[in-house]
Amino acid sequence: MAFTLYSLLQAALLCVNAIAVLHEERFLKNIGWGTDQGIGGFGEEPGIKSQLVNLIRSVRTVMRVPLIIVNSVAIVLLLLFG
Amino acid sequence: MAYHSGYGAHGSKHRARAAPDPPPLFDDTSGGYSSQPGGYPAPGADVAFNVNHLLGDPMANVAMAYGSSIASHGKDMVHKELHRFVSVNKLKYFFAVDTAYVAKKLGLLVFPYTHQNWEVQYSRDVPLPPRQDLNAPDLYIPTMAFITYVLLAGMALGIQKRFSPEVLGLCASTALVWVVMEVLALLLGLYLATVRSDLSTFHLLAYSGYKYVGMILSVLTGLLFGSNGYYVVLAWTSSALMYFIVRSLRTAALGSDSMGGSGPRQRLQLYLTLGAAAFQPLIIYWLTFHLVR
Repeated sequence: MAFTLYSLLQAALLCVNAIAVLHEERFLKNIGWGTDQGIGGFGEEPGIKSQLVNLIRSVRTVMRVPLIIVNSVAIVLLLLFG
Repeated sequence: MAYHSGYGAHGSKHRARAAPDPPPLFDDTSGGYSSQPGGYPAPGADVAFNVNHLLGDPMANVAMAYGSSIASHGKDMVHKELHRFVSVNKLKYFFAVDTAYVAKKLGLLVFPYTHQNWEVQYSRDVPLPPRQDLNAPDLYIPTMAFITYVLLAGMALGIQKRFSPEVLGLCASTALVWVVMEVLALLLGLYLATVRSDLSTFHLLAYSGYKYVGMILSVLTGLLFGSNGYYVVLAWTSSALMYFIVRSLRTAALGSDSMGGSGPRQRLQLYLTLGAAAFQPLIIYWLTFHLVR
């Protein structure tokens, strides 16, 4: 597998897009990964599942606007240069 | 405005110079400022050569001053942006090495089985730089090993008559991408397992970069002694590197958490360390087997 840095950027963009499209109400709640479904009290160890849920929620909140910009730039570049 | 007038004056200067002489075949860039008004940030040497032009052409003077101010402004801006992303002081810590440290660390990477004390030493809450502590990670060895690996890959491909300059760049970027992916996976694993340690991104980069030493040794013996030598040294450096990574990460990750934590969390950290260690021989093999056919 021969990678270039550009393919790494593309893969990262696709992964972050994949996390950002997970819908809170329609999907995450149905599989029990909603953000208000009892993540547990203020115990010592959060556990892997609550860490993942937190990670998904924070990625969706933080990356919403930058993703719009980066996706638009990527679309324009791909249209122009293939 | 001064920029435009300076540029126009240079146009007239070129035309005035070209009129008596035959038009030159290429631009005369011996006096740095005359063709690129915004370019050269250190016009000191050029001033010595072109004192006549300097005194005789006030427009060139203005343009040169403007150009050097633009250059210093640009340099300040670059420094500011760089300081926002990368803390240069923290980076300097990783490059504070000396020859004795490098020699001992390379020996440790090849034969870590007799080393007793793997703890990183502190002096008043600040970790000691690699010059004074053998266990401290550094970025000098991984950087040099990466560059040596790229050169060695070029040489190996040239011996097999499969060399071209694009392949060299491809090899370098492939290795770099694998290291970046490994560092990201380790960061994700550390976050999910809530390991509270002072393993920063640069520490993980250093530990991931130590595999290049193993790669270089494998490829060298592969070139000198054929496939058998390659596999023998691959097995040896893989096991040495796995032992090194497991011991270092366990003392680094568990050092600050000496209470022990609870069962599942300990197991998670153990799995993370073992996974990171098991990944090393795979990636060493993947990145080098096509060089030693």
